[in-house]
Amino acid sequence: MIEMLKERVNGDAGLVRRGHYLTTTFLLEIGKTAWLIAIHEGRIVAVTKGPFVMPSWSFALRTSDEEWDRFCKLRPPPGSNDLMALIKRRVLKAEGELQIFMANLRYFKEALGKLRREGAAA
Amino acid sequence: MSAKFEPIIGRYMQLELSGRAHRVYVEEAGEGTPLLCLHTAGADGRQYRSLMNDPRVTRNHRVIAFDMPWHGKSSPPQGWHDEEYQLTSTQYTAMILAVMDALDLDKPIVIGCSIGGRIALHLALEHPERFRAIIGLQAGAHVDPYYDLNFLHRPDVHGGEVAAAIVSGLVGPDAPDSERWETLWHYMQSGPGVFKGDLYFYKIDGDIRARVAEIDTRRCPLFLLSGEYDYSCTPAETLAVAGSIAGSEATIMKGLGHFPMSENPGEFAKHLLPVLEKIGGR
Repeated sequence: MIEMLKERVNGDAGLVRRGHYLTTTFLLEIGKTAWLIAIHEGRIVAVTKGPFVMPSWSFALRTSDEEWDRFCKLRPPPGSNDLMALIKRRVLKAEGELQIFMANLRYFKEALGKLRREGAAA
Repeated sequence: MSAKFEPIIGRYMQLELSGRAHRVYVEEAGEGTPLLCLHTAGADGRQYRSLMNDPRVTRNHRVIAFDMPWHGKSSPPQGWHDEEYQLTSTQYTAMILAVMDALDLDKPIVIGCSIGGRIALHLALEHPERFRAIIGLQAGAHVDPYYDLNFLHRPDVHGGEVAAAIVSGLVGPDAPDSERWETLWHYMQSGPGVFKGDLYFYKIDGDIRARVAEIDTRRCPLFLLSGEYDYSCTPAETLAVAGSIAGSEATIMKGLGHFPMSENPGEFAKHLLPVLEKIGGR
């Protein structure tokens, strides 16, 4: 499911345009599974599923299966509707070089929101 | 003339605050009981544009919204370029009372959202005799910081972009797109460090948990309206405040978020109009 991020993000010209100055690789960990997501100038170039031996990433987002499942609902319940809502409840951990995450926060919210069935902003 | 004007009139008021000259932008519409509107952190009085355009409100209320200094069209005071902006409870309270005095407002209803909702609780506690009624939107007694506020003001993160991105999820899911993005645009336009300086009040200086139960609603009625999708001031936090203040009335607004009057004016009016009616009937 996470793999479809590439097609959905790259198919959104506005999102790719806003991400033009973003080139990085971040780690998304949901429960026991992790993915490395590589972005080049706003386009997702690779989504690689773990496990990894020596992963390199700029920042990581880690949450549980249950929280991610609620986040991905078409109409998430209050408290599960946004990455910052998860962070506020301490059920999403953001760590690493968070300047990249915060400087491109709208991009990351909208990109991960694409994992919802209709791709609403996260 | 074919121009279609809204009934809102905006003017600049010269006002001394904390001993310094200020130029404060004030908008108003309607006639009747003064209804003084306080905007959220990092935004401005445009958040109340729909209230001022709603004849159901303006036919018997004089709706007034001012941009706080540093916000919207109100400039910071002279010398700002060498200062760090930090809003405190004392300054905020004095500012509201000074605006009321300058405009000769006799016992207005005050409605404030977020930081405006928090200061509404301070006003209810310290100056109840000055108000006909107090309406706190998204009003909690305290919010713990849940992200590093320094990201709001540093040269390698665009302040407007990050402020809007941080609050975007606080808009409820049913907000019409036009109002959602208008609300976020105000955040994108905020001056450097202003949102962060407001949050100094919201997350540090303005903590009123220890005193909130002392609010006496017999001296001034208190209404609390909070959006279901607000994770900054959660419905639980609003209900906790209401539970500790005898006589206060709390409503949780389904589907709404942190900016009810701006993000979804149509739905918000359904909750606000009965409250105004109740206040008018007192």
